Amino acid sequence: MMKICLSILFIFTSFIVQGQIDPELLRNFSIDTTERKLNMDAVYNRPFIQAGKLPVALGGYVEANYQYLNENGISKGHEFQMRRLTLFVSSTVSKRIKFLTELEFEEGTKEINIEFASVDFEFEPLLNFRGGIVMNPIGAFNQNHDGPKWDFVDRPLAATQMLPATWSNVGFGIFGKKSKHNWTYGYELYLTNGFNESIVSNSMNKTFLPASKSDPDRFGQSVNGMPLFTAKFALRNTKLGEVGISYMSGIYNQFEKDGLVLDKKRAVTAYAIDFNTTIAKTGTFINGEWAWIKIDVPDTYTEQFGRNQTGGFIDIVQPIIRKPLFGFTNSVLNAALRLEYVDWNKGKFVSTGENISDHIYSVVPSLSWRPSTQTVFRLNYRYNWQTDLLGNPPSRMAGFQFGFSTYL
Amino acid sequence: MGKRKIKVLSAISLGIILSISCSKLLPQLPTDDSILDGPVDGLSPEQNRIFLRGDFAFNDEVFTSSNGLGPTFVATSCGSCHAGDGKGHPFTTLTRFGQSDTLGNQFLHLGGPQLQSRALPGYKPEVLPAGATFSRFTPPANTGLGLLEAVPDATLIALSDVNDADGDGISGRPNWITLPSYTIIKTGAIHNNGKYIGRFGKKALVYDLLQQTANAYNQDMGINSSYESISTYNNLQVDPEIPNQTILDVVFYLQTLKAPVQRDQQDREVLAGKQLFIQISCSKCHIPQLQTGPSPIAAISNKTIFPYTDLLLHDMGPALDDGYTEGTALTPEWRTPALWGLGLSKNSQGGQVFLMHDGRARSITEAINLHGGEANNSRKLFQQLTESDKNKLIKFLESL
Repeated sequence: MMKICLSILFIFTSFIVQGQIDPELLRNFSIDTTERKLNMDAVYNRPFIQAGKLPVALGGYVEANYQYLNENGISKGHEFQMRRLTLFVSSTVSKRIKFLTELEFEEGTKEINIEFASVDFEFEPLLNFRGGIVMNPIGAFNQNHDGPKWDFVDRPLAATQMLPATWSNVGFGIFGKKSKHNWTYGYELYLTNGFNESIVSNSMNKTFLPASKSDPDRFGQSVNGMPLFTAKFALRNTKLGEVGISYMSGIYNQFEKDGLVLDKKRAVTAYAIDFNTTIAKTGTFINGEWAWIKIDVPDTYTEQFGRNQTGGFIDIVQPIIRKPLFGFTNSVLNAALRLEYVDWNKGKFVSTGENISDHIYSVVPSLSWRPSTQTVFRLNYRYNWQTDLLGNPPSRMAGFQFGFSTYL
Repeated sequence: MGKRKIKVLSAISLGIILSISCSKLLPQLPTDDSILDGPVDGLSPEQNRIFLRGDFAFNDEVFTSSNGLGPTFVATSCGSCHAGDGKGHPFTTLTRFGQSDTLGNQFLHLGGPQLQSRALPGYKPEVLPAGATFSRFTPPANTGLGLLEAVPDATLIALSDVNDADGDGISGRPNWITLPSYTIIKTGAIHNNGKYIGRFGKKALVYDLLQQTANAYNQDMGINSSYESISTYNNLQVDPEIPNQTILDVVFYLQTLKAPVQRDQQDREVLAGKQLFIQISCSKCHIPQLQTGPSPIAAISNKTIFPYTDLLLHDMGPALDDGYTEGTALTPEWRTPALWGLGLSKNSQGGQVFLMHDGRARSITEAINLHGGEANNSRKLFQQLTESDKNKLIKFLESL
């Protein structure tokens, strides 16, 4: 991992040094990242910088913020956070062979992840092969998660605390896209390594798919030799917006080792639907996602770990001032609102027959200012109501967050 | 800088300042009498650090297969059974089995005394052996346990009336128990033929909070320690899976949890209800006031407390006789549970109440009506009260 980091930093630094010598050599592919393409296009729908005629382009983004949060009347005080620094490197190997990688540093160097590192071979628009570390296309956020594209400091709870965004694995698959008139449709099908038993055996004390991400071996081996299948179909109309339906399923447990049976095969299956649209008359952007997860947990294991989960979010972003400000000619001030819900344990207690709780509601009003399409400043107020397994009075958490995110 | 820019900047700055300073937008600290967790007053900074370590171990440390859980168990963390340090829910109500008289548990070789009713994937949980008598125990609240531990043995002996010498039909007695080898006997402890007074647990089988803690890690979560090193899974001695320091931190946490604070103490109906509580002799077992003795922890030393218990065993009659017992207690005998914190039970039991030893009572009234044996007379007196007086008594109990 260290070698990879150093190599990428070396390449990145090299271009910066070249740029200092002759900035004219650098071509900046500034694109409007708020433009609405299919979510599956997000990995390439980013600004890159390219030096001369070199076939390699670089990019990245950074997110940092201040927050003051209070839980049940007790605050940790003022916190400054460097959420993440992400670097992209893309390369056009030949006209129809491309490589792109995304390296992410979270909270300094607390987490360093290769989020994406794949080679794409285009046979025809409807048939491309992708292999390497791919992002499993479950929901939309996992595919389209760059900080500067979002008007909220925090990532959606349902995407990161129920679904495991950002969730990528080693594997391969095919994808394709075709447009006709106002319509575009695309699909993705992948086989990758998958989850492990930590999803039902973790320090969160709940079924928690993101726990699998902490397995350091997951890019090198599969825990059970069973591939995780992920599929997505998306349809976009230039006037109506995009709808995506996705599915992910695989065996998560080590059911045998050295030929000895340890348990039956236990599956985890997720379904998600996502949509986004812009209301032409008002410019209101609406973006949402909802997911359902089913996990085969033994009846004899504790009900603490849910067998079914559901959750999602909806973001409503309303531009309120579109005028040049401080010399930024494309400046836009938005008012936004996020509504979120996650139920980590949808079911009933065997002992009482009553509903298991373990859920959270969240409301996040936001003011965001985009001096350009690639940079956003965000002021959020967050209020969470989180109820424990038993349905006791909710823990209340609220606070203010101010931060920025920008492509490099 | 143009006027418009200044206005926008000012508006944004003002918004940030107002947002940060607007405390009404932030959750308020709950009042001390509305929650059960939190330390006793008077801990030193050093003791606060130990309390916080214990708080983390108790409420946030989750056991999994990778750090020792099971393979058979009841719960995955201490906090799973005691949400907010309050009473537990039927979800984690545990089953004890195998002893029907004072001769000891005859099912230890078959997994007794506690049923580990859950298991890691790939393992099978225990099942109740044929012929074993059993009882189900709802997890109790933790608050004020250190204060109860600090009540001198002499007080309990003074409260006991083994042969009902005063003829009031109430004859509380201690459960004389054999101590585990790691026990540090308290100064002033009273013994009886090598046995000591148990004061924790439904049958008063537990001497102190160290025994309670080590036993709960072992029996509830399958976590072995140097104190309780016999695996519940195979009855063999195994390596410790938790440091002694963590056990001791949790013990300190439990010892220094505050006593529940009574609400509406000056309310007329609450005061009237308290008088009724005394008049119908509930207070003969649920002793309102006790005094702690000297303790190494100054904050709980020599304090007057209001737990509403005598920590003694009482015959509760045939309706509450499950045919199972522990130590020298008889099957219909139960240790008087403390009533402090009763009114906050619903905040840890999912908005409902599950009272009595196994949660069978779904209201305070139902719980009173289940009292028999030595409490038979008090129950009858309660049933003869007017509805108004019953409500006052209930209101008093809910204020605790």
